[in-house]
Amino acid sequence: MPRRLSLLTELLVARGGVVLLALALLLFLTLPLASLLVRSLEDRGGGFVGFANFATYFASPAFGNSTTNTLVFAALTTLFTVPQAFLFAYAIQRSCIPLKGLWRNIAMIPILAPSLLAALSFIYLFGNQGWLKFVIEWLGFKTVYGLPGMVMAMSFSSFPHAVMILLAGLALSDARMYEAADSLGTPGWRKFWTITLPGARYGLISAALVVFTMAVSEFGVPKVIGGNYSVLAIDVYKQVVGQQNFSMGAVVGLVLLLPAVLAFFIDSAVRRRQKALLTARSVPYSPRPQPLRDGLLLAYVVLISGVLLLVLGMAVFGSFVKVWPYNLSLTLNHYTYGFEEAGVGNAWPNSVMMAAWCALAGAAITFAGAYWLEKTGIEKSRFFGWARPLAQLQAMMPMAVPGMVLGIGYIVFFNSPANPLGFLYGTMAILVLSTVVHFYSSSHLTAVTALKALDNEFESVSASLKVPFYKTFWRVTVPVCLPSVIDISRYYFVNAMTTISAVVFLYSPKTTLAAISILHLDEAGNVGAAAAMATLIVATSAVVTAVFFFVEWLLVKKTQAWRRGTRS
Amino acid sequence: MTGKAASEALRLEGIHKAFGGFIALKSVDLAISRGELVCFVGPSGCGKTTLLRIIAGLETQTAGRVIQDGRDVSNAPPAARDYGIVFQSYALFPNLTIRDNVAYGLVNRRRGRGEIDARVAELLKLVGLPDSGAKYPAQMSGGQQQRIALARALATAPSLLLLDEPLSALDAKERERLRGEIRQLQRRLGVTTILVTHDQEEALSMADRVVVMNHGVIEQVGAPLEVYERPATPFVADFIGKVNVLNATCLGSGRYRVGQVELDTPVNGIAAGRAVRLYLRPEDRVLADGGPLAGRPNLLQGAVRNVDFLGTFCLATIDVDGFDGQSMLVYFSLNQALELGVREGVQIPFALRGERVRVFPAAAS
Repeated sequence: MPRRLSLLTELLVARGGVVLLALALLLFLTLPLASLLVRSLEDRGGGFVGFANFATYFASPAFGNSTTNTLVFAALTTLFTVPQAFLFAYAIQRSCIPLKGLWRNIAMIPILAPSLLAALSFIYLFGNQGWLKFVIEWLGFKTVYGLPGMVMAMSFSSFPHAVMILLAGLALSDARMYEAADSLGTPGWRKFWTITLPGARYGLISAALVVFTMAVSEFGVPKVIGGNYSVLAIDVYKQVVGQQNFSMGAVVGLVLLLPAVLAFFIDSAVRRRQKALLTARSVPYSPRPQPLRDGLLLAYVVLISGVLLLVLGMAVFGSFVKVWPYNLSLTLNHYTYGFEEAGVGNAWPNSVMMAAWCALAGAAITFAGAYWLEKTGIEKSRFFGWARPLAQLQAMMPMAVPGMVLGIGYIVFFNSPANPLGFLYGTMAILVLSTVVHFYSSSHLTAVTALKALDNEFESVSASLKVPFYKTFWRVTVPVCLPSVIDISRYYFVNAMTTISAVVFLYSPKTTLAAISILHLDEAGNVGAAAAMATLIVATSAVVTAVFFFVEWLLVKKTQAWRRGTRS
Repeated sequence: MTGKAASEALRLEGIHKAFGGFIALKSVDLAISRGELVCFVGPSGCGKTTLLRIIAGLETQTAGRVIQDGRDVSNAPPAARDYGIVFQSYALFPNLTIRDNVAYGLVNRRRGRGEIDARVAELLKLVGLPDSGAKYPAQMSGGQQQRIALARALATAPSLLLLDEPLSALDAKERERLRGEIRQLQRRLGVTTILVTHDQEEALSMADRVVVMNHGVIEQVGAPLEVYERPATPFVADFIGKVNVLNATCLGSGRYRVGQVELDTPVNGIAAGRAVRLYLRPEDRVLADGGPLAGRPNLLQGAVRNVDFLGTFCLATIDVDGFDGQSMLVYFSLNQALELGVREGVQIPFALRGERVRVFPAAAS
């Protein structure tokens, strides 16, 4: 009975996919984190010592110092970034300034760069040989190294993330509330305080939490521009890479996990509340011109865009300058001899290769995984229903796990002699795996959103027509969702190019990555080559992003007949 | 196989469905004959869609059996059953042309291209859209998309057609036109069809038999006229069509007292002294335009409180004298309303048609 056989195959594919996803996430996310937990309870030799490591760490002066420093750094970054991002997003969503698309794109530039780029730029600008050193001194600081530089560099890196959330938060607004306020003769400032701000409050909280979490988990910025200002992420690195003390590294990693997990839960609670805020009947708000307001906001947006471009441009310029700031003649030496001398000639090709794998495999796994979870009726399965919550929970976990923590988890888990997957250690594969897992949550959410927009009954219809669901997946679901798949792919590529936090523990001499090599070049005092590597990363991300956008544009144009619909 | 079993397309036995603590269906039994068009009708949440999805295998019943063409398919997955389905959302594949949508189930059966094209052309002609094969769904109107969904469901010539609220996303005119078209198509093809709807008018106008559901149970199964004229329960009387509900006391031998008025109806077994409710349609009355009313039983009169004009007819709310504040909706054709001068405040005499009155115990509703 071939018909019955094919039904069995279909069921196997449907259930097997979810089970496979749940197990893969278990293997490459939960078990590494669990072994980190176990490791924190062991001494250096692997003997069980209970909470002795925690006791030692909490008793050390480093603990109090780093914890306070980390929280101060994260809090200041949040306070510095979010208001600026809010005003920027407000200008784009709620005023009539020209060239909104341009400003929006400029605000996204930091995403293309590793956070180290901003740190390097600020050293060029405000460092001991910087042109603008006097500004730092005028503001009352001795040097840019330490808290001032860290906050500025982190603010640059986190700015687009805050802006994106706030743009979305400010896009949701009901014009009728403003009309009602107008009909009651409400002045503008009162509308802002009573309608605009309350409407955007969830976006503000979300943005603040994202910036805070990014700063808490950040490793590169404090490493390069932190000076003696020690933070938890640096402690983890020192314990693991400096002293090879994995147990202590695990302890600090778990301490680092705490604020990130807390922020994650606050954010999900906030998001759940936000859903009820707008009804389907809301009328979108569209701003009317107000010359004074629009003029001031335009000036602000131009200023911020200028600063963003200046920071980017400084690193790019520095990478072409012979000896900053004494010999400003241009050269390509940093890109050639600079890399070779430091032995990082293979770093950029490695990064491109890794990013390409993440873009391909990551997008395929994430989209297929989301499809299996959402569309194959796994929730109704009597025997495999458990796989769905297991996979769903794990899909959201990476959002709450700092890359450093994931990285040590991977070392502890895959470097263990008892692990049959130990052969992965030191390979390109483990870099790809850790990066895909690290950035899984956002990609998963993008895929789920795209899938939820599809008619729920496609699978039912194809079953009634005796077409296996995987054929419909291939013929209908993938083509319809292709723009989202391309987005996911681009997201993985850019993040793989710029990330250092998880992979800094996992690379081998053969698999050095471009972003990591910036750390080494900087440490060796070769700032020019470090800037060159950062520039190379930005250029790669920018070109690839442009290619992705072009492909997406081409695709949407080609399929316009059915996407938009032109009724005849 | 007996003759009855051979003409039976589908049989449901004791279908029970619980979602956690919520009971969606309570031991539902139903037999559907070959070629019949049956409508499941009821308010939202009554279980009608769940029942359809169980027949389709999209939900699994907690208990009970589904027997299709004599074969027990209770535990078969959707793909192992024989039916075509049309959803409220149409669920047309947006990236495929109309031709590819209709051919979707045919391609899988390894038919030749020529054969598929011929079948697609035949189906598109059947649903009245012969030249739309090259278009995409987004280029068509809602009603056209619904016809395409129907063609796709019929393409593989299933023995059972399931329609889940197929017309509720359409505007009123389009809905009425499609009602007739679907009905004709179904008659022509003779395909056994189950249609789920919350719209009682749709059910009455399309069905061979109506299955009225409420709170997970079948309240009544019957031909449209039967369900309308002889509702089995107060719920059916209330849900199907408009109805007047009068609180009354039974006096025995078919006599009831409403307020201070006594009404005569055919004798039934209800004991004297019992509190009851009388269910009467607005049109269950005789008016003075057909001749004098004097001498008729159940003669009433009352002042018009309010007139609802509804096109070719109107419904007047009348405060009936002696009913102690209970009012009645009374049906007037537009001509009757004009001839009898139905306006607010006017006294109108009329006689109730006692033989049409349905009596239910007061406690039941």
